[in-house]
Amino acid sequence: MQEYTLADAYEVSARDYATAGDASAAIKRKLKQLGVDSAVLRRIAVSSYEAELNMIIHSLGGTLSMTMTPSEIRLLSADIGPGIPDIEQALQEGFSTAGEEARNLGFGAGMGLPNMKRNADEFNIQSEVGKGTQIRMLFHL
Amino acid sequence: MEDKRFHSVRLDKDKCRGCTNCLKRCPTEAIRVRGGRAHIIDERCIDCGECIRVCEFHAKYAQTDPLATINRFKYKIALPAPSLYGQFKKLASASQILEGLLRMGFDDVFEVAAGADIVTRAIRERMRNITPDQYPIISSACPAITRLIQVRFPELISHIIDMRQPMEVAAMVAKREFCQKRGVSENEVGCFFITPCAAKMTAIRNPIGQETSAVDGAISMLEIYGLLAGHIKNYPSALNLSRATAYGVGWANNGGEAAAVCPENSMAVDGIENVIHVLEEIENNKLRDLVFFEGAACTGGCVGGPLTFENGYIARNAIRTLIKGADLRHPDEAVKASYLTKYPLQTTKKITPNSVMKLDDDIAEAMRKMEEMEAIEKSLPGYDCGSCGSPTCRTFAEDIVRGHASKMDCIHIMKDQLKIMAQKMVELAKTTRE
Repeated sequence: MQEYTLADAYEVSARDYATAGDASAAIKRKLKQLGVDSAVLRRIAVSSYEAELNMIIHSLGGTLSMTMTPSEIRLLSADIGPGIPDIEQALQEGFSTAGEEARNLGFGAGMGLPNMKRNADEFNIQSEVGKGTQIRMLFHL
Repeated sequence: MEDKRFHSVRLDKDKCRGCTNCLKRCPTEAIRVRGGRAHIIDERCIDCGECIRVCEFHAKYAQTDPLATINRFKYKIALPAPSLYGQFKKLASASQILEGLLRMGFDDVFEVAAGADIVTRAIRERMRNITPDQYPIISSACPAITRLIQVRFPELISHIIDMRQPMEVAAMVAKREFCQKRGVSENEVGCFFITPCAAKMTAIRNPIGQETSAVDGAISMLEIYGLLAGHIKNYPSALNLSRATAYGVGWANNGGEAAAVCPENSMAVDGIENVIHVLEEIENNKLRDLVFFEGAACTGGCVGGPLTFENGYIARNAIRTLIKGADLRHPDEAVKASYLTKYPLQTTKKITPNSVMKLDDDIAEAMRKMEEMEAIEKSLPGYDCGSCGSPTCRTFAEDIVRGHASKMDCIHIMKDQLKIMAQKMVELAKTTRE
């Protein structure tokens, strides 16, 4: 028998700081109503927020989507943009290529990708320079 | 004494006009208007008092203990909240208020500000054993904020400091010291908190961090204001009854606790909507470097409570002026270390999430309801007008899924339906005429 699945996708626009956090807030709100365990919820909240912010800061726009079954939640962050030339380096804590604009807003601490990796049960990142980046995260419920 | 269903915030049905003012302001979406009257969903209400403040018709009120209840006890002790000091202008000392309370008929007074001093020192000692991965530590002083976290931010419960509120500590110390001094038994003594808000009243009847409250009742500041004012003399007597430090009294204002507990790295936020925004940031791990967070449901802190008499900003200034003449020592120095060992200051009961927002206990069923709810939401106009009696279109969709409302409660959908029906009537009339 196939498990019941719920799917959701949110558009994220580049440099749109006014709506920053809306997509992850919507996901969070929904998961609370669904009764997702609070410890898992916190990890998803942090990861989805970081993924959303990364797209706003670095990409030309993308989509944050969530697929949920009663046993797991998958997050996919897919953007069109410059891509990441050295993923190993980008995954190091404190490494950031965020510009002046983002840094002035308090972002660009170089914790985005490390935070996602730490909080997700499974983490996968693929990137192509000049095309874009896809991050897949899995959380067990 | 504990009553799980007890809520201080109540509705006076005769005064309610069924408007949408309170509906829109409730931070936990706990109000619905049905049959022309507001209804409070008990399980969701956190007793913050926003609806009391916003209701033009005074249909929302706080149930507190009438002053006469103090007569249930042979000996009565008043526990004035620090915010009471902000209700009177041109005081030379807090002692004037304390003396006034004695003249009113209380056998003794114990300042909740002195309780705040003890709690300040206790929290500082406790914080030494809290590791940075549990930062920011969240204040437990405002019961409405604690309940807000239970309902809307369950994942932050572990951040709440496991320390009793100053009111509880004041009651424990006051009772024991009075009994020792007078040689009477504890059950002859009643401790009454003079409260600025409904949330504290609820915290006494239905405590959050412990099984039972040490406080025997809460009397509204508004109720005793006139009587007390008549008993306050222009000058304090020679006996200075005030034992609280400027730090303890400072808890009346938002930021007072943070300044006393963690001046090095803390943040104080007031107004429940503002607190919600910052809790969202904490939830997203954006305030990793913050050590202590103080949130107050009321604007300005307790001085802005719904049961206060004076304007919150004026009261805040009165407190600032008053504490200049108070004991300026930090509680670390002013509070005897023995208080920390003699009394159970830490909370004993675990705070649990309030899962009332959950659509269903079974996650697959909750998902099914969520899908249904979102499909309904898409068919609604999205005006969030409140005419259906639910605060937003989304909550209306939720109410339908939960079986508490029907789609025809939406006047816009109803209007469209009527239009279609009218059209059909016209067509029917035409065909029958021919």
